[in-house]
Amino acid sequence: MQSTILKTATNYLLPLLLLFSVFILLRGHYESGGGFVGGLVASIAFVLHSFAYGLERTQKLLKYPPKSFIPVGLLLSFMSGVLPMFGGKAYMTGVWSSEPLPVIGLVGSALFFDIGVFIVVIGVTLTILFTISESIDQ
Amino acid sequence: MILAVLSGFLAALILAFSGKLFRGRLSVLLGLLPLSIFNYFLYFFPDISAGKVITFSYRWIPSLGINLDFRLDGLSMLFVMLITGIGALIYFYAASYLEGHKFLDRFYAYLSLFMGSMLGLVLADNTLLIFIFWELTSISSFFLIGFNNDNAESRKSALMALAITGCGGFFLLASFVLMGIATQTYSIGQMLAAPGFLKEQPAYELVLFFLFVGSFSKSAQFPFHFWLPGAMKAPTPVSAYLHSATMVKAGIYLLARFSPLLGDHLLWTNTLMITGGFTMLYAAAHSVFKKDLKSILAYSTISALGMLVFLIGIGTRYAIVAAAAFILVHALYKAGLFLITGIIDHEAGTRNIDKLGGLRKWFPLVALAGLLAALSSAGVPLTFGFIGKDLIYEATLHTQDFFRYTLTPLALITNILLLYAGFSTGIRPFAGSIPENLSKGPLHPSLSPLLWIPPLILGGLSIFFGLLPYVPDQLLVSHAASSIYGSYIFLPLKIWHGFNLTLLLSAVTIVAGAALYFLYRPATASAATQYWLQWFSPQHLTEWTGEKTRLFAYHYTKMLQNGYLRSYILTITVFLIGLIGYRFFSTVDLRVNTSGFTEIRFFEFVVFAITVIATITTVFTNSRLTAIVSMSIIGLSICLIYVYYGAPDLAMTQFTIDTLTVVLFVLVLYRLPQYLINSNRKMKLRDGLVAFSFGTLISLITLQALISPANKEISRFYADNAYLLAKGKNVVNVILVDFRGADTMVETMVLTIAALGVYSLLKLNVKPTDKD
Repeated sequence: MQSTILKTATNYLLPLLLLFSVFILLRGHYESGGGFVGGLVASIAFVLHSFAYGLERTQKLLKYPPKSFIPVGLLLSFMSGVLPMFGGKAYMTGVWSSEPLPVIGLVGSALFFDIGVFIVVIGVTLTILFTISESIDQ
Repeated sequence: MILAVLSGFLAALILAFSGKLFRGRLSVLLGLLPLSIFNYFLYFFPDISAGKVITFSYRWIPSLGINLDFRLDGLSMLFVMLITGIGALIYFYAASYLEGHKFLDRFYAYLSLFMGSMLGLVLADNTLLIFIFWELTSISSFFLIGFNNDNAESRKSALMALAITGCGGFFLLASFVLMGIATQTYSIGQMLAAPGFLKEQPAYELVLFFLFVGSFSKSAQFPFHFWLPGAMKAPTPVSAYLHSATMVKAGIYLLARFSPLLGDHLLWTNTLMITGGFTMLYAAAHSVFKKDLKSILAYSTISALGMLVFLIGIGTRYAIVAAAAFILVHALYKAGLFLITGIIDHEAGTRNIDKLGGLRKWFPLVALAGLLAALSSAGVPLTFGFIGKDLIYEATLHTQDFFRYTLTPLALITNILLLYAGFSTGIRPFAGSIPENLSKGPLHPSLSPLLWIPPLILGGLSIFFGLLPYVPDQLLVSHAASSIYGSYIFLPLKIWHGFNLTLLLSAVTIVAGAALYFLYRPATASAATQYWLQWFSPQHLTEWTGEKTRLFAYHYTKMLQNGYLRSYILTITVFLIGLIGYRFFSTVDLRVNTSGFTEIRFFEFVVFAITVIATITTVFTNSRLTAIVSMSIIGLSICLIYVYYGAPDLAMTQFTIDTLTVVLFVLVLYRLPQYLINSNRKMKLRDGLVAFSFGTLISLITLQALISPANKEISRFYADNAYLLAKGKNVVNVILVDFRGADTMVETMVLTIAALGVYSLLKLNVKPTDKD
């Protein structure tokens, strides 16, 4: 599949979609959205890129194999739950910063949990899709 | 204390990582582990001698009532000394016996694991803890028995031992749970505070039954005895350790431990006397027909275990002291005989008693050790075995009239046969002249001291304890007996009891046994004559059941797990229809209430029409691609419905998932050939019927759910508290990341597992020859 229109469109769409996915991730606490949907949107962005430019280019773009995203995300989610335990609270107690950060707003441990989910979802989706499409190409 | 108990596990862990260090000569150093534990426990002797009970407690799972509670009393002390003392000898012995073995480090890891489990078992004060350690001994002994894993026989016997002792473990757990329910505690110490309580409970019979099955399976009592001779496939040091002092004595330990709680009851006494009595005679008789040294030892071990069960069953003061003494006597001489057999096997290359003889000329010191062990097993005066045998006769003679005349001859015959077994293994290979097949001399002419010193120590101890019986009595036996009996027993061990009936019985044992030894040799073909009886033997029945279960599982799996996605979906759907349908139609009063419905709006009608058209297209199209696209149209229509009815989160997720699913489908199906007709009319009809019924069922449930009163309390809680507790305004998201965060965590793990599954299925290129 070599289409100039798709390639050109992807050049603009990929960063837009990735930004959008982060936006969805961050707004999740107040409005519709969250780590899961955000992760899916980001995955779609990369899938689109792989359609336009081929799998190898996308993999190069990602730098690391998608399966290596999974443990990172899992660890982040897990650690966000462990964090309150240092303060003597139970696992996964919500902890919040006292001052809101600019642009992002109030930051809490749930945010890092959601970011972890976001990364795991990207890793899982791309691992499954890329593995299948690779094995078909062979 | 906890370090002493768990050091075996630690050692196994360290060996797993740094095993290479200990594969060579350094392996001797590992013997320091049991030796130091042995020394550690020596410090407790003064307290134990003063009749104290030492307890240690470490918090573990307090919410389940399981803590690492340890309790050291006389009985535990006896076993700890055997486990670590004989353990140390085995460690040193194995360093030379298995020298240069490829997996020597692994062997020591298993051995340490096993030793740690045994220590935990005899020290645990909590019944559930006992169960955990009990299962650990089963598993670690499985590794040890199957250590020669390139041998099919060896693997089979390891599996058999695990199956029998592992099943026994479940019975044991049942017994412990029943005890726990009845007494409201899992602590043995607390149960011992009210010893008569359990005997009056209605569950007593069941507790007893389960406990017996558990201990009999471990201690190789009839009809569970057959795993023990099979376990002789293990390397000889393992057999020596498992069958003289540890594994098989675990069942005995358990019976002894619960004797003050459950004993002194007709059911307890009779069951143990009959089972133990039968086992000891049956196994002793078997040992006489065997020619393999290890088989003889195996059956004589079963017989000795039967003797112990029998003595605990009698339960009088004499019998309990006899049992405590006999545990020690047997451990000393049996471990010695096993080790000697190992040396013979190692040097002569055979264990057949017909092909052995005159080995005293090769190894005079080993011959001496063999002689000492055989004399102790025979109960010749001035050995520790003599004292043990005396006590056994004292025990049977001190029973009531009827038992006195039946049990005494039973013990007499068993002892005569055991004497024969001891002589056959300890003396026969060393007596006479060297046969022709051995004329070339030993396989390893320079015998390592690591091999011959351990049996000599054991033999020496048998004599030492026999000459000075108050030493073992004061240190071990009297306190162990008191723990088993439940109150203090004063019955000192003596060399000389004067001229009485006991002495006469001992003399008869020795004379008759010696006569049997000199006059009888096992014939070659006595086993095949009773071939047809083999079918009913417990071993054959177990194997038969195992094989049939395997076959059943094979066919069952082949039918249900045939690898076709379509049949999985069919099975799941039909099962759901049956299950939900039955429940639905049998319990719910079907009503459809249309009064609450609103008018159908225009855009709703449009979405509905699109969905129907897309469904019909999906079902009847001839192109795969069209089918996929129409499927995704259905999904997107559902997204629209979510949006209309106020579930934007759901709609977003559904939308992205739908997109990715289509991509996935296209990736796979784009490469497949054109649409093929691969289902006939009948199959289409069947699938249609199933789909139609499932759809109808779901619709009915949905309609029913509309009129069922919903419990709004939970959703109100989340709505009210989302902002207050979790500072979030999107309730769905707050539930996902905060209230039910642990669920989400596990769900991400499920996703991970799915991804790993796909990845390994497609990336793992198994060559056809490697499959299996």
